[in-house]
Amino acid sequence: MRIVKVLSLFAVLLAVATFAAAAGQVLLNAAGATFPYPMYSKWFDVYHQAHPGIQINYQSIGSGGGIRQLIDKTVDFGASDGPMNDDQLKQSSVPILHFPTVLGADVPSYNVPGVSAELNFTPEALAGIFMGKITKWNDPAITSANPGVKLPSDDIVVVHRSDGSGTTYIWTDYLSKISPEWQKNVGKATSVNWPVGLGGKGNEGVAGLIEQTPDSMGYIELIYAIQNKIAYGRVKNSSGAFVKADLASVSAAAAATAKFMPDDFRVSITNPEGKAAYPIASFTWLLIPAKFGDSAKRDAVKDFLKWMLTDGQQYCEGLSYAKLPKEVVAKETKAIALIQ
Amino acid sequence: MATTPNAATPTDFTVSPRSWLRRWTGADEIAHFITLVAAAALLLIAVLLVYQLWTLSAEARAKFGWSFFITKTWDPVAGDFGALPFIYGTLVTSAVALFIAVPLGVGAAIFLAELAPPKLSSSLTFVSDLLAAVPSVIYGLLGVFLLVPVMRTTVQPALKKTLGFLPLFRGPSYGIGFLTAGIVLAIMIVPFVLSVSREVLLGVPRDQREAALALGATKWESTWKVVVPAARIGIFGSVFLALARALGETMAVTMVIGNNPKIAASLFSPGYSIASVLANEFSEATGNLYLSALIELGLVLFLLTFVLNGLARLLILVTTARGSGVLPT
Repeated sequence: MRIVKVLSLFAVLLAVATFAAAAGQVLLNAAGATFPYPMYSKWFDVYHQAHPGIQINYQSIGSGGGIRQLIDKTVDFGASDGPMNDDQLKQSSVPILHFPTVLGADVPSYNVPGVSAELNFTPEALAGIFMGKITKWNDPAITSANPGVKLPSDDIVVVHRSDGSGTTYIWTDYLSKISPEWQKNVGKATSVNWPVGLGGKGNEGVAGLIEQTPDSMGYIELIYAIQNKIAYGRVKNSSGAFVKADLASVSAAAAATAKFMPDDFRVSITNPEGKAAYPIASFTWLLIPAKFGDSAKRDAVKDFLKWMLTDGQQYCEGLSYAKLPKEVVAKETKAIALIQ
Repeated sequence: MATTPNAATPTDFTVSPRSWLRRWTGADEIAHFITLVAAAALLLIAVLLVYQLWTLSAEARAKFGWSFFITKTWDPVAGDFGALPFIYGTLVTSAVALFIAVPLGVGAAIFLAELAPPKLSSSLTFVSDLLAAVPSVIYGLLGVFLLVPVMRTTVQPALKKTLGFLPLFRGPSYGIGFLTAGIVLAIMIVPFVLSVSREVLLGVPRDQREAALALGATKWESTWKVVVPAARIGIFGSVFLALARALGETMAVTMVIGNNPKIAASLFSPGYSIASVLANEFSEATGNLYLSALIELGLVLFLLTFVLNGLARLLILVTTARGSGVLPT
């Protein structure tokens, strides 16, 4: 199956590549994360209109697929919601550079009959609920953060993503940071061995299950929640403030970690410092090889990155993506020189 | 390839090369060759499929061995993988689906083939064929938005009240789980059972019916004791076709099964099936071991289909050997 798929893909690429070369065009193929796809597709489109000689094809096949194809060299660059780990970096014959592009965040969504107030969640409550330790809505860990809200004594039905996703990566990365027990028993990944709960496929699957199941709660992507007008709760950050996720509080989380940004940009920004920062957020990355065999492709990628970090940023908020903080943009601009 | 058509027609074995050549120019031989290539390609595809699954799952097979079949954990973070909950979920949902779909499909087929007026029969068959053509994601969505709330608020509490003494019908009702997945599957496979069974029943020679009636059998006796037994093999065939569809169904099941790798006696409990976990996790699987474990799950599904089909053939052999021998000629 796979051989056939790869071969047919190869044949198509070959055909397209010869055509493009004949027309004096640079064609870049990329694949990866689905979460930033609307943003990338907008960027690649606008960029192509400004630079008709460069076309970027992006297939949103998922972060895992993007990383695999990048290692197998079937694409020119990849994209992922979670940074590549050291093992994966070793598998690639060329060093891979990470470039943060936009920010994503997860929000707690719930359906408790008779409760219309925006609920507050402490880190302890979230970890307890998802570990299966807190099973009732009127558990003191939840009620103490929500004075004045009458919560029922019903069992909490936990809902999580069933498909591997960057959304799950962000959520479990956060839970791993705030709960040693979670870190030890479950850990962080795009799919994990959930202690409790029902799995829904995609944001729409989770949102649908929550809507349909009384007394349920789960996590969904911030942009999905905003676009579909789904209500969600606040989360207590490391400074003790209950913060509601929006573009400003997510950008604040990124800004708070900007000064600790490592040179390879592989950083987790969950549970950051700062009173205004929303604690369950993450970058999403483009994965760019440090060496290109083809100089035309290399120049095209470098030029695109420069454009994305400057002119490209104005398109973010229109699509509900939080912009990169200035410090990160400056650091990334320097890193473009590493591509050879 | 050029010699294979020869091998397939035993009578040609001894003919001299010259006449063989002459025969080759005949249209018959060309048709023979083309159809043989088509058949061989089918076999080749199946072999390649198994070969790919086998080689790509090497890492997981080496690491887990036979324990893959009996391990209950599925932990992508720790790299610990077992297929048991998925095998269980696949078998349970398929069993529930058959339990509902077979009586329904065969019953409807008997009605349409034997009892219904021809006009009604052909229009109902048309509707059933339409059902078979609906994409599975539609069934999944209908399941989530229509069936799940009804299951949670009405069906499951009613089952708990009446049949709650069985471990099958206990525990909290979420609305999603094995039972709901089985019902959605049943709706999806009924058209298969119905269509094929009806064709087979219609294929039973008219003489047999007339003979039974002439011997004084009532209409129902002739149907149930003569026509249905005669069509038995074909009806079995329709059931296995439906089973194969149920085992491999992905989208509709994923949407209503709950996606939790759990083995529970209760049909109300959420579960997971092999096809669902592949659809859910394959695109984001990164580690080599993880990927290879998923591919091994694909191999397990292939094996499961193979074994169940083998058992089915065996069942047909046993029942026909013992049967009345009333077979359509």
